[in-house]
Amino acid sequence: MEVAAGGGCGAGPPLLLSDSEQQCYSELFARCAGAASGGPGPGPPEATRVAPGTATAAAGPVADLFRASQLPPETLHQITELCGAKRVGYFGPTQFYVALKLIAAAQAGLPVRTESIKCELPLPRFVMSKNDGEIRFGNPAELHGPKVQIPYLTTEKNSFKRMDNEDKQETQSPTMSPLASPPSSPPHYQRVSLSHGYSKLRSGTEQMHPAPYERQPIGQPEGPSSEGPGAKPFRRQASLIRSFSVEREPQENNSNYPDEPWRITEEQREYYVNQFRSLQPDPSSFISGSVAKNFFTKSKLSIPELSYIWELSDADCDGALTLSEFCAAFHLIVARKNGYPLPEGLPPTLQPEYLQAAFPKSKWECAIFDSYSESMPANQQSCDLNRMEKTSVKDVADFPVPTQDVTTADDKQALKSTVNESLPKDVSEDTATSKDYNSLKARPRSRSYSSTSIEEAMKRGEDPPTPPPRPQKTHSRASSLDLNKVFLPSAPAANSGLLPPPPALPPRPCPTQSEPVSEADLHSQLNRAPSQAAESSPTKMDAPHAQPPSKPIRRKFRPENQTTESQEPAAAVGGAVSAAMVKPHPTVQKQSSKQKKAIQTAIRKNKEANAVLARLNSELQQQLKEVHQERIALENQLEQLRPVTVL
Amino acid sequence: MAVCIAVIAKENYPLYIRSTPTESELKFHYMVHTSLDVVDEKISAMGKALVDQRELYLGLLYPTEDYKVYGYVTNSKVKFVMVVDSSNTALRDNEIRSMFRKLHNSYTDVMCNPFYNPGDRIQSRAFDTMVTSMMIQVC
Repeated sequence: MEVAAGGGCGAGPPLLLSDSEQQCYSELFARCAGAASGGPGPGPPEATRVAPGTATAAAGPVADLFRASQLPPETLHQITELCGAKRVGYFGPTQFYVALKLIAAAQAGLPVRTESIKCELPLPRFVMSKNDGEIRFGNPAELHGPKVQIPYLTTEKNSFKRMDNEDKQETQSPTMSPLASPPSSPPHYQRVSLSHGYSKLRSGTEQMHPAPYERQPIGQPEGPSSEGPGAKPFRRQASLIRSFSVEREPQENNSNYPDEPWRITEEQREYYVNQFRSLQPDPSSFISGSVAKNFFTKSKLSIPELSYIWELSDADCDGALTLSEFCAAFHLIVARKNGYPLPEGLPPTLQPEYLQAAFPKSKWECAIFDSYSESMPANQQSCDLNRMEKTSVKDVADFPVPTQDVTTADDKQALKSTVNESLPKDVSEDTATSKDYNSLKARPRSRSYSSTSIEEAMKRGEDPPTPPPRPQKTHSRASSLDLNKVFLPSAPAANSGLLPPPPALPPRPCPTQSEPVSEADLHSQLNRAPSQAAESSPTKMDAPHAQPPSKPIRRKFRPENQTTESQEPAAAVGGAVSAAMVKPHPTVQKQSSKQKKAIQTAIRKNKEANAVLARLNSELQQQLKEVHQERIALENQLEQLRPVTVL
Repeated sequence: MAVCIAVIAKENYPLYIRSTPTESELKFHYMVHTSLDVVDEKISAMGKALVDQRELYLGLLYPTEDYKVYGYVTNSKVKFVMVVDSSNTALRDNEIRSMFRKLHNSYTDVMCNPFYNPGDRIQSRAFDTMVTSMMIQVC
């Protein structure tokens, strides 16, 4: 139809356009025309755009488009002349199409003649530069609402009409992909992020990056030449996939925002959501400030930066993070770790409303990822617990994974190295324990609310040579002497005297016995320096303890030692306390298991509190130092000025 | 309109102090420092029984030739002190009150940040922006 119209309207040569050319040209024309006329409202009938005669492409966008074709200006002049625009004074559809075909011819190396366009030509290639019409609606600064509609609508139109052309696009795409850079990060906008988005589409993701191309500087060599035709099939495929996607509006919004580094990809989003769920099972509720602080502190960013990130992401300043706020904050942290400077204000793609709109399906995806959340970082599964500290540390290691498309290889390595710094610290603690059960113990010990399975594991760990204490528990009050006799040989010799007597009795005195002992030990331990405690407890353990129980005690205490070296004196003290606790344990081994459990939970709680306080203490001391320095500086200033000013 | 704005912690050390960089910043610092005495006087004068009813806005603390100093105390004894140019007679009491209210709101937002430790210097950019907006009209 355009052809016929073309033949009718202008004196240009009859134009035979292939289907792909038709699509391409009509799209470009619609873009230029729409951009010029300011666009219609949301949802205009596409036909009016394409309909010849009603719309003309304004000189501005057309000129930009031609310039984007990277042809020399005189060629462009020739083309303009030839297509008839100069004659008729405007770029009607015919003229536009002829011009495009001439551009294609010129780019193919053919002379700019009317005869050239009669043959089959590849599509004209346009560098996606800022001036390009496509970019114009990508850049929110220049864009106005109607213009925004254009790419979306045109692609929608294409999606409706061109679904059958998918094959053609497929054939074209293989030529693009070798030229395209690998599916790189959103901010990898030096490259053909177009083809990046395109290849991402090919890989089946729903990620849309129509806007990214505006970032590319004009005159990029290599890749950009493929972008022109690559853009169109990309857009069409994008629109196809888009039409399959549930969300149209956020996709449209996607095209508005060129902020590649600040847009959250699907996989990133899933990752963040899983992290959110690890902190707070209900995706629709909040993460409190302290929880989030602990979590984000593990990212090893400086406190001022984290503070600033919080400021940016907590839009309602309520001290808690919703899911979208959390994703925004996480994304900012990830970006910062990858070297991106923090923005001045929250980027539009990270606004909570945008995120909520963009990913509403994440809510039901959450259900899908229910099963994934355990397996996300493999360590979670191994730990079998919601152990935030350990898993989130490991998750920091996973930071490179979703951000693989965000960074260059160097950044990733830098990130990994920083992450690995954090890891060895914990890994060393784990290896220091040097036992599997100890590694299980060392971490859960700092959690006060671990499940009973961990406690049992701990118990088992504490008495490895002795039979599992569980049967003992069941027989703690029972007077089944048979079992006691079974345990006797393995029990410490010192305890053997206690065991045969009625087991019912010891449980009673045991709590009173162990608690005062434990409290005394607690006090004494707390008063001592951790290093001293380290020395004292082994000596304590040498006291009438059987070897088997003391070994785990000692071993248990060694990790405590190392944790002290890593600035957790409280934990060490707590460990010493627990070691002291365990001292009375063998004596009432079978009967006091329940009390032991209670004591150990108390120990864990105390240790956790101690760790928090120690951290707070170090922070406060740092602040105090700073304030002192400031005060000294001010006093000095005052001193200097005193002789000068008259008070 | 303010020439100098300061946030003083409960222990009377500055959490945040900012003045227009025209001249003699130290003079403003000194004025704020001396006005703390007046603030303490006003707080203590209320008496313990009146703590609940005590107004947060303390009003004009200290007029000098060139400047007027206004004060505001929060319930956690964090003090806001504002030094205003005397020549700026158009400033009414209500405007000062609204400025203090804004300050207080921004301060609360800063406190909501879990990474902010109470007693730290305030380094929040949002807070900075807000203070700048209050001060910028002078210049």
